[in-house]
Amino acid sequence: MGDMFRSEKMALVQLYVQPEAAYASIAELGEMGCVQFRDLNDQVNAFQRRYVSEVRRCDEMERRVRYIEGQLRKDDIKMPHLSAEQEPAAPNPREIIDLEAQLEKTENELHEMSSNSASLNANFRHMQELKSVLENTEGFFSSQEIMNLDSNRPMESDDPAALQSAAQRGQLSFVAGVIKLERFFSFERMLWRISRGNIFLRRNDISGLCEDDEAGHPVLKTVFVAFFQGEQLKQRIKKVCVGYHAEVYPCPSSAAERADMIKDVNMRIEDLKMVINQSADHRNRVLSTAAKHLARWTIMVKKMKAIYHTLNYFNPDVTGKCLIGEGWVPVRDLPTVQQALARGAKISESSIPAFMNVISTNEQPPTFTRTNKFTSGFQNLIDSYGMASYREVNPALYTCITFPFLFAVMFGDMGHALVLIAFAAFLIIKERQLASIKEEIFTIFFGGRYIILLMGLFSLYTGLIYNDVFSKSINIFGSGWQNQYNTSTVIDHSTPYLTMRPKISNFKTYPVGVDPIWQLADNKIIFLNTFKMKLSIIFGVFHMIFGVCMSVVNFIHYKKYASIILEFVPQVLFLLLLFGYMVFMMFFKWATYNDNSTDQSLSPGCAPSILILFINMMLFGHQEPLDGCKEYMFEGQDMIQTVFVIVAVICIPWMLLGKPLYIKATRPKQLPAPNHAAAPSGGHGHGHGDNEPMSEVYIQQAIHTIEYVLSTISHTASYLRLWALSLAHAQLSEVLWNMVFSNGFGFSDYTGCIAVFIVFGAWSVLTVGILVLIEGLSAFLHTLRLHWVEFMSKFYEGAGYAFAPFSFKQVLEDGGEN
Amino acid sequence: MGAAVLPILFFTSLWAAVGIGGSIITPHGPQRQLIQCILMLTAGCCWLFWLCCYMAQMNPLIGPRLSRRAIQIIADSWNMPIKEG
Repeated sequence: MGDMFRSEKMALVQLYVQPEAAYASIAELGEMGCVQFRDLNDQVNAFQRRYVSEVRRCDEMERRVRYIEGQLRKDDIKMPHLSAEQEPAAPNPREIIDLEAQLEKTENELHEMSSNSASLNANFRHMQELKSVLENTEGFFSSQEIMNLDSNRPMESDDPAALQSAAQRGQLSFVAGVIKLERFFSFERMLWRISRGNIFLRRNDISGLCEDDEAGHPVLKTVFVAFFQGEQLKQRIKKVCVGYHAEVYPCPSSAAERADMIKDVNMRIEDLKMVINQSADHRNRVLSTAAKHLARWTIMVKKMKAIYHTLNYFNPDVTGKCLIGEGWVPVRDLPTVQQALARGAKISESSIPAFMNVISTNEQPPTFTRTNKFTSGFQNLIDSYGMASYREVNPALYTCITFPFLFAVMFGDMGHALVLIAFAAFLIIKERQLASIKEEIFTIFFGGRYIILLMGLFSLYTGLIYNDVFSKSINIFGSGWQNQYNTSTVIDHSTPYLTMRPKISNFKTYPVGVDPIWQLADNKIIFLNTFKMKLSIIFGVFHMIFGVCMSVVNFIHYKKYASIILEFVPQVLFLLLLFGYMVFMMFFKWATYNDNSTDQSLSPGCAPSILILFINMMLFGHQEPLDGCKEYMFEGQDMIQTVFVIVAVICIPWMLLGKPLYIKATRPKQLPAPNHAAAPSGGHGHGHGDNEPMSEVYIQQAIHTIEYVLSTISHTASYLRLWALSLAHAQLSEVLWNMVFSNGFGFSDYTGCIAVFIVFGAWSVLTVGILVLIEGLSAFLHTLRLHWVEFMSKFYEGAGYAFAPFSFKQVLEDGGEN
Repeated sequence: MGAAVLPILFFTSLWAAVGIGGSIITPHGPQRQLIQCILMLTAGCCWLFWLCCYMAQMNPLIGPRLSRRAIQIIADSWNMPIKEG
């Protein structure tokens, strides 16, 4: 059967590869992406596997790649983005060695450059601080008295008298340095305390922020000079300086020496600047070269790691000469796998080619449905509810149309549909460019672009039928109602409203959709309500019958033919005889009762309420008809209804007991020891193991029966949400027009022009925001619920698991998300 | 007023052409069954939707209740002149 009808047939294969060819073969299979490998070594610890050293190598390379990437990001260098065609293949062993060497070299270079630049920068900072100390202490030493007190002045002679007198005078020493401004004040206090006030501290702030120091960001610093007397104090002061992280610089007191030193420092600063610039250039060059290759390296390392992880799943065989692996492959892809293995063997020039062996198994294979970009959106919707069991009928095929259609029944408005179509068309036409945006909410809308397009197209059609364009109707074919009143009646003020009688006013049926006159009518909602409610029930019943019929397909495929008679027939009879009959009554009432008929019992006054008829049918009740009317719509309805109800009631014990009795009759006499054969394919509902006790079977079936019977009623009523949402949508649209847009028409001439322009802005924002976005999301959600619960509960098992093939595309995508 | 033959015939044949005819003429290819399913479902749903709307109006049980203003407006723009008298 076709692609989407049910999931694909899967085969369990064993692969025999030579160890030399293993790497290349797995690389080829990874490119193809059609095998899901099974872990044959899952009891083995990760550290004891065969290829653990290779995985470690890969980890080391990955770490290096990450480090280089970090350095690139720090320097704001962009990496070129690789398109799908430019992606490199997994590296072969020769390339691996080259790659490792390159990565190591680049990483070491970067490390070296970082440490060099750190020390260069520290040096540079010191030079600058020294320079500022020398410049800022000009003021301190220029005053004469300080010069006299200066103890650092070189002694002129060894004149003992001079020495003595100098000692008697008390030699003032000083300490010059740089400290952070915020610390200066407590520094000053500390010095004051330890020197007991015998210290003279001058400071001069450095203008502008200084270079980053240990804090990492620029800070305010200040130059200080502390004058004091005595050697002990000097030691204490030096200790305090160390404690406050103040840098002490040797500063000569004489002006000449200072000038020399300044010149010297300036020269060294220039030299350092040149060296720093050159090393920055060098670093830039290294990083740019690395940036060109980094994208390819990342991909190659990721692919390598994935291959070795997969190789770890393989088992060496008894002889040790080849590796055995197991995996699931879709049957259609078996030739592809063969070719990939052949290519792998050729690349690695192995003498013995790898081969593949299909083995049969009782295990449930994974579920895989091949989808294209159109159907993948719908398949995702279904898979979100539950992955289909293996080879179960796939509801996504029908969801392609029923989902947008039921959405459209709730959303029917041509104007809003055009907005949806425009949005979806934009997303589809610009598919390629938009595919690379990774922002989450956008990807959700982008992934559903075909769904949105179909929803818009169907909404256009239902909008045409509901005759609703932004709450206005279009009159294409001419209304079928004509005015029956004459001028005097119309002008008469005492009757604000005039009702048209169908017999007189209605001369034709509007061919496509709702007659445009209803938009102007005061009792529009009464008419639309009856129409939309009946419409919802009709579609609901058909949708549910379709769902029940799907279960037959499942029964036939799983060869449970007895279930067709024991489960399907009573279910569909119950649904058809009760709710199908109600749908028939709706069509019958539409066709027979009209205002033109001569028979009084067929006039509108006598038209019975279908709901009342249905309730009386179920309860075998009767209702007194009005004068001239009949209770029933046609001859023999009484009899038919009784028969239907009785047969439907018989269906209930049929559903309840049929299957358990059948299982009891066909189950062979059980031996006491239960066999632990793997449960046959089939989920909780339909596949009971042979070991289940009969009480379980009865209870299960009772639950199913009660669930089904109640669900026929509740789900049928649930479809009335189609009516409810469509009513809400139409009313909201009308409110927006009447309360927002109409205000713009109250003005005339140029003011009117501007008023309409502004009001249109408000109206369109509200329309798109409330009616398209919010109502759209709401209708989407309700349609999804209708499909998941009302439709799929009739036949869907959903007990499968997804097929997750080993594919490089998936590996790279997952890596890109992290 | 009752069912008129022309619209019913037209729309039934239209959706039959889309659903059945379209399915027959879809070109052979990997997606043939998908396209056939889509066409048939579309035709079925759309035809049923149109039919419900048509049948709901062909024998109306109530008529529209218009304000006098509305009657005067449609007399003008829809060419439905009010009778003299």
